[in-house]
Amino acid sequence: MIEKITIKGGYDKQGNEEPLKEVIIKKGEIFGVVGPTGSGKSSLIGDIEQLAQKDTFSKRKILVNDEEPSYEDRTNPRKKMVAQLSQNMNFLADMTVGDFLSLHAKCRGASNTCVDKVVKLANTLTGEPIKKEHELTILSGGQSRALMVADVAIISNSPIVLIDEIENAGIRKHDALKVLAGHGKIVLVVTHDPVLALMTDKRIVMRNGGMEKVVGTSSSEKEISSKLNKIDELMLSLREKVRNGEVIEDFEEIEF
Amino acid sequence: MRMVIVAGTPGSGKTAVLIHALRSLKEQGFKPAVVKVDCLYTDDGTKFDRVGVPNLVGLSMDMCPDHYAIYNLEDMIKWAQDNEADFLVIETAGLCHRCAPFTRNSLGVCVIDATSGPNTPLKVGPFLSTSDIAVVTKGDMISQAEREIFRERVLEVNPNCKIIDANGLSGQGCTELAEEMMNSQEVSLEDEKLRHSAPLAVCTLCVGETKVNKKYHRGILRRIDGFQSYEGE
Repeated sequence: MIEKITIKGGYDKQGNEEPLKEVIIKKGEIFGVVGPTGSGKSSLIGDIEQLAQKDTFSKRKILVNDEEPSYEDRTNPRKKMVAQLSQNMNFLADMTVGDFLSLHAKCRGASNTCVDKVVKLANTLTGEPIKKEHELTILSGGQSRALMVADVAIISNSPIVLIDEIENAGIRKHDALKVLAGHGKIVLVVTHDPVLALMTDKRIVMRNGGMEKVVGTSSSEKEISSKLNKIDELMLSLREKVRNGEVIEDFEEIEF
Repeated sequence: MRMVIVAGTPGSGKTAVLIHALRSLKEQGFKPAVVKVDCLYTDDGTKFDRVGVPNLVGLSMDMCPDHYAIYNLEDMIKWAQDNEADFLVIETAGLCHRCAPFTRNSLGVCVIDATSGPNTPLKVGPFLSTSDIAVVTKGDMISQAEREIFRERVLEVNPNCKIIDANGLSGQGCTELAEEMMNSQEVSLEDEKLRHSAPLAVCTLCVGETKVNKKYHRGILRRIDGFQSYEGE
């Protein structure tokens, strides 16, 4: 059972010690990772994915329940503690959705019944239906993303979940985040999107490759977050209409 | 002399990964030397110069680069000794996927690109199946699911290898590779053998025939229906 992970600070891009020496994330917490492009958000996520032991560029060290994870824990997918949804939007594997998912289920030691569940869940996140017989490589950006989200949620059902940007993908991002976060997991979300950033409990601010500070989401931010959700829902519904060739004449004013 | 032989598909990141591993070896006080074997062109020599590692470039031109590398091993070791190196690292171009340049007591490293698709480990043959270490590069460009499937496929082909996920740009995983190099053993070429025999290739094409019609070809010919014959005297 994973109760917490500890990120021990390393060095930023200039080789200076990063301002935060230690960040602890406990079970059930959702952390955001924010910062300008190139500030090292994806690298931080990468360090956690590999459970880095001062062996990456940043020289960070990741502890699980205050202990160093074993080599086996770090590399064997069946024991893997971390599920990651990376920025990469496209699949390169030349096979059908069904074959791909059953292969992945086999790697993770999961049951083959997962395959149908993944496809079903993915279809709740995207407008364009995905079928098991589809070739992976011809899926659209939104379909790929939805399938990756569902795969991470069901097949890579790990206690630590890392999400590297789910915006701009033509999927329902709130639903996606809910599906991924699950109950009692440790979740980190890299984002530029205030809708997502304010949904988290705390956010790590990155600068120049280093962890600069941790900002807690204030109660007024939580209120703003729910307002932003409504705006986002509206944008999504308008987007669906435009997609379907409808003419938009008016929309309902949002009541806050 | 300890000998590390690095093979891999073109563009998989052999040189990039090696540069990081060599830097790490040097930081720990070792003196590596590199021989790069390619076919027609390489500017990798300058890259090795930049990290201050003595290097020698061999271009095999119209010869198979792996064959060329194998019968030049002795000269390479001599060259490395002249440079007072304690490691000879040989990077080969290996093109047809039928060779494995590893000798029994060398450290055999296969570098393979994760973006080449999960069927690649099944296609590349002996340079993966007989390697000690499989370095998987460019994993950051694909999804975690694809990365895991790729890993499983590598293990299907070579259940005993150690897999190192490496990134030629950031250097991730390269320290681990350097550590494996440090643990490799001394090799004497006297009774040293290849792990895998080089492929059958004795035919008229090997000696320069360019006509395609079957009647011009002699030697060991394997037909697409699976039959094999020897044509000639």
